[in-house]
Amino acid sequence: MPNILEVRNLVKNYGNFTAVKGISFDIKEGEIFSLLGPNGAGKTTTISMLSTLYTPTSGDATIAGYSITKDPMAVKQVIGVVPQEIALYEDLTARENLIFWGQMYGLSGRSLHCRVDEVLEQIGLADKAKNRVKTYSGGMKRRVNIGVGLLHKPRLLFMDEPTVGIDPQSRRAILDTVKDLNKQGMTVLYTTHYMEEAQELSDRVGIIDHGELIALGTQDELTRQVGQTDTLVLHIGENEDADALAASLKGIKDVLEANATDHEVSIITPQAENILAAVVGKANERGIKIHSIDIREPNLEAVFLHLTGRALRD
Amino acid sequence: MKKLFLIGLKDLQLMFRDRAALTFMLLAPFLLTIGMGFVTGRFSGNASGISDIPVVIVNLDQGELGNALEDVFFSEDLADLVEPTASDSPEAARQLIDSDQASAAVIIPKGFTDSIIPVQGTMFRPNTTPEPVQIEVYANPSRPTGAGIVKAIVDEFVSRVEEGRVSGMTSIIGLMQNGLLDPQNAEAEARALFENAGMTESTAITLKTDKEGAASTEFDLLAYFAPSMALMFLMYTVSYGGRSILAERAQGTLPRLMISPTHTAQVLGGKVLGIFFMGVAQVGILILASTVFFQVKWGDPLGVIVLILAAVFGAAGWGMLITAFARTPAQVGSVGSAVMLIFGILGGSFVNLEVMPPFIRLFSNITPNKWGLDGFTTLALGGTLKNLTEPISALLIMGAVLFGMAVVLFNRSGLVQK
Repeated sequence: MPNILEVRNLVKNYGNFTAVKGISFDIKEGEIFSLLGPNGAGKTTTISMLSTLYTPTSGDATIAGYSITKDPMAVKQVIGVVPQEIALYEDLTARENLIFWGQMYGLSGRSLHCRVDEVLEQIGLADKAKNRVKTYSGGMKRRVNIGVGLLHKPRLLFMDEPTVGIDPQSRRAILDTVKDLNKQGMTVLYTTHYMEEAQELSDRVGIIDHGELIALGTQDELTRQVGQTDTLVLHIGENEDADALAASLKGIKDVLEANATDHEVSIITPQAENILAAVVGKANERGIKIHSIDIREPNLEAVFLHLTGRALRD
Repeated sequence: MKKLFLIGLKDLQLMFRDRAALTFMLLAPFLLTIGMGFVTGRFSGNASGISDIPVVIVNLDQGELGNALEDVFFSEDLADLVEPTASDSPEAARQLIDSDQASAAVIIPKGFTDSIIPVQGTMFRPNTTPEPVQIEVYANPSRPTGAGIVKAIVDEFVSRVEEGRVSGMTSIIGLMQNGLLDPQNAEAEARALFENAGMTESTAITLKTDKEGAASTEFDLLAYFAPSMALMFLMYTVSYGGRSILAERAQGTLPRLMISPTHTAQVLGGKVLGIFFMGVAQVGILILASTVFFQVKWGDPLGVIVLILAAVFGAAGWGMLITAFARTPAQVGSVGSAVMLIFGILGGSFVNLEVMPPFIRLFSNITPNKWGLDGFTTLALGGTLKNLTEPISALLIMGAVLFGMAVVLFNRSGLVQK
């Protein structure tokens, strides 16, 4: 499949602060590509540049062959954007919102109204279309927010953390919608800081941290980077000294890495069961009470931990 | 262009769904207008608003028509409204105006009567058309309402004289052509008709009287207070509209508009058009309501429409400038409310500007309220669109300059963060 998006050395500075530090990647037509990273990693800034809202400080990207810096109007016709915040008129109904935004994308007349009906069906709000958006739950608003991005049937859809702050049921519905759209042929660039979402949806994943793309590939390719390792996560009390425990665990045989975060210590090891007793012993020696222990097989979280020494939610 | 209108109409739709804003934009000025009507006795028939306008009459003509106009100003019917003083010197009269001691001077030039009623024996002679002579109304720019009223009285007088002259001439020529009037007697008959044109019903040029009905030049106090309140709350409406730009930026709909295939100029133009629509809707509804509920006579409908559009344009300029300076919707709201009250006071919404000190009258020129009220007063006094050149020009220039400043500021700060 040809590339629909090609990003080359994209940089965005705000004064002395560099939010995006020369990232480059491609997205093939028809794939779901996730940009995974913690809050403040540069995901939204990247999407904002790709959607022509912000002007890059340097670098460029082409979408369907159009440069985001030289031909932004052509780019806007090709892309759909679902912003992180709910960008709707709350005093208008869902239908009125969709009609207005459809008009902004050049739709009109019968085709506009037919398309609005289709989208309302797609997002499951046909029966509540005449209610004002301000009367909707957070999940319903999110669905309308997505609907607006789909109205003009974009070839490439940017979804910027579309599941933030909603209930599990609505989250499930949104993830299913993304899969359906992709099945219909839509290419999706999905940003998230939820490792599970990236794992479930993505053909390929780019991991971004502090404005840099630190890893890129399929999930298999990425997990291979950390080898056949397990991640053992110890949940400890609020007042316990996680750093001291992590330091003491590094002396245990087969502990490849041990990092402390808030009330947690993450340990990377070839076989979690083999070191479990020694880990608990070290905690007891220091008088640290372990509340619970998770054993995780290699995943994107482990990749991030391996690459940055921090958990994704830090 | 289509998107520009769609954005503007969307904003108008949103305004009509905001109950709190509607209360402030429509109900509050309407109730205040009613209150002012009661305070001034308009509803009890004891209206006592504008009165004792100082005016200087310089009658250099001393002919029939000059004297007739002088009599109009000294008549009983206008005794409450104007306070005339006679003067022999145009320079002295102008000096009184320049030193702000009167609202206007009416200078009736020598030969005024002869320019209308030709000298005996010259009426039907070729090449003896009298030189046109014009009455000068030397207006005090810092007392626009009083000057406007004086000008309206003079215009009405001149209009009646001209009407009488034309109809008289037509009748005489008709009679002569049909052989009903001997050419030897025609001039005498014509002179008699012309003289009557200036004399008859001279005191019918009245203000504040219901006896003459709609045909008279009648000034209704609510035609002052209703636009006063509408113009004052118009400042709230334009700041509300400006606030919506920043609110949309904060709630993400403005960036979403910028991501859609819509030019920045279309987005900003649409938002400005929305403010304009809101202002026109507000003032239009208030004027309509005043007409329906209080039978306010606004005057020339075309003049009213053009004046509303110009006043909203001028006020919208202020709304955009406040928005361009502000960082948050709350800032626009608080600054907008303050500006609304200050402009209301400075612009004459509460107290007639003519009783204000000169520096306040000078400062009032920056307010759309002042120019709007000036225009509405002129119309209510029988003026037409052609008499509104000054207020409309001032409002349009005000709007254009303020919009220009706002655009420069928006360009500097960026409509959304770039």
